[in-house]
Amino acid sequence: MFWIFFLGGMTILFLAWHFGLRRSQVRKASLPLSITSFFAFVFLYAPILVVAVMSFNNSRFRLDWVGFTTKWYAKIFGDESVTGGLEGAQLLAATQNTLVLAIISTAIATVIGSLLGYGLHRYRFPGSKLVAWLMYIPVVTPDIVMAISLLLLYQVLRNILPFFEPGMPSMIIAHVTFQIAFVAIVVRSRLATLDPALEEAARDLYASPLETVRQVVLPLALPGVMAGALLAFTLSIDDFVISFFTSGPESQTLPILIYASVKRGITPDINALSTIIVLLTMIGVFLSQILQRNQKD
Amino acid sequence: MTTKKPKLEAAGGELLTPRQLLTRAAATAGAGIVWIALFLVLPMLILFGYSFLTRDELGNAVFPLTIDNYVRFAGWDVLGYDAAYLIIVGRTIVVSLVTTFFCVLIAYPLAFFIAAHKPQVRDRLMIFVIVPSWVNLVIRTYAWMIMFNPSSPLTQLAASLGIVKPNEGLYPSDFAVYLGMVNVFLPFIVLPLYSAVERIDWSQLEAAQDLYATKTQAFFQVLVPQTLPGLTAGIILTAIPALGMFVVPDLLGGAKVALIGNSIAQQFGSSRDYPFGAAISFLVMGLTLLVLWLYARRVGEKGMRDLL
Repeated sequence: MFWIFFLGGMTILFLAWHFGLRRSQVRKASLPLSITSFFAFVFLYAPILVVAVMSFNNSRFRLDWVGFTTKWYAKIFGDESVTGGLEGAQLLAATQNTLVLAIISTAIATVIGSLLGYGLHRYRFPGSKLVAWLMYIPVVTPDIVMAISLLLLYQVLRNILPFFEPGMPSMIIAHVTFQIAFVAIVVRSRLATLDPALEEAARDLYASPLETVRQVVLPLALPGVMAGALLAFTLSIDDFVISFFTSGPESQTLPILIYASVKRGITPDINALSTIIVLLTMIGVFLSQILQRNQKD
Repeated sequence: MTTKKPKLEAAGGELLTPRQLLTRAAATAGAGIVWIALFLVLPMLILFGYSFLTRDELGNAVFPLTIDNYVRFAGWDVLGYDAAYLIIVGRTIVVSLVTTFFCVLIAYPLAFFIAAHKPQVRDRLMIFVIVPSWVNLVIRTYAWMIMFNPSSPLTQLAASLGIVKPNEGLYPSDFAVYLGMVNVFLPFIVLPLYSAVERIDWSQLEAAQDLYATKTQAFFQVLVPQTLPGLTAGIILTAIPALGMFVVPDLLGGAKVALIGNSIAQQFGSSRDYPFGAAISFLVMGLTLLVLWLYARRVGEKGMRDLL
């Protein structure tokens, strides 16, 4: 049954490629190409839309549509009279943990990662190639492997330092570790697009190395640094697997809370909560787009 | 008489002695390198070490060193031979490859479609592709549970077509796992593929067509080779993380579709067998490092930028 579905899909897709390119108007999307892409977008957004719709569903236990309500939103914003779903205090604590974790880890990772990106871009030193390669490990490695290796590291270190008990500090370290890699890569590729003559000119005009960095390199690299920080922040907010394996009982984040309630059975306010998170994410994305566009002008 | 001068190297508009260079490098990249060494490289070594430990009655990892974990993984247990884990590995590889295959199939038309627009529209369409990947994985997976539950319109449509039995959901099933996986990984493959499609030299296509190449020939011999760097990056970004995926099979596959990710999670959860879990994780990590190393050797340092 599964294969029938997908063989059908494949045929459509093949037709879309085949007729997607016209001889004379190479750079114009043909109709089948547009239709296929439309369905690809529907497929990408279907889960998000479904969650948003279900957040207005007036049912405590059932997954099918019962009637329209906004009570789950009221509950999230503190209406105690709504029954069913998560406890308000739990939700608040998880939201706080998620934000604290994301803000602190992004701040640390942006500083260290940008410096690393700059250092690797500017200087060739023994091992620089190896470090440049190592940075791609968090990009590719399955989350669960990174999570497990950090969990084991903490277990070893805990014998020496109680600081590595599972909890917020251990989660921050875990998040910074993968964020540094992303920030450094983004900053480095931004620096690679810059004209090296600009930095050389600053030095020729007797700017000290520090002045050069502050007045020439940093302003030019800033879009890269911002993009890196934004990426790091979203990665942290979204992360479930690494947080799950490094968190303690007091440091549950929203993704962990959502996972736990999905596992336990469906709780309706998760839909409303997820919709709010999705909306905030999208607003963040579009704000950063507008900021970038203004910068270009 | 000349004194021996150290060899100077140019960096950032100045000449530095090797020593100055190292100081500068340490001042900038130093903290990051120390962090990576402590929290990325060291944990991998510890993971490797743990995989040779033994589990005692209380579930703690203790000496002596042994290769039992790997032997057990290969199927030889105290109870006799059971290839359960090898079957899981096989299933995981199949799921990862099938997921990647369908991601590529969907990503190709999408990348060409986006590249066929004006630059500003292209950027906006790319954001539309990326935004779903910024929505939490657990939430997106859970949405498929809503869509596939026995009473949903989608399931009822499938039931009336005789695809599923009445009062049964479309999940848990292989189908649900594949759909969830493709949904999660699609943006990661569109991204590098699109940047390759954007760099295509279209005059080559015109040349091929002038030389009477058929559409299929032109596509496979002119366009596909030019998108290969992006395609390779996309395949790595999908196939490798898919090997360790555990949220999607956990929620959509039920007990039926256990993958390596679930087995690892189980060893660190209910089974509490850290050394064995470390052994499985190390095998996945070893494969990841091998692929990444081969890829780096093939495309070089600049080529790796296709990954991010």
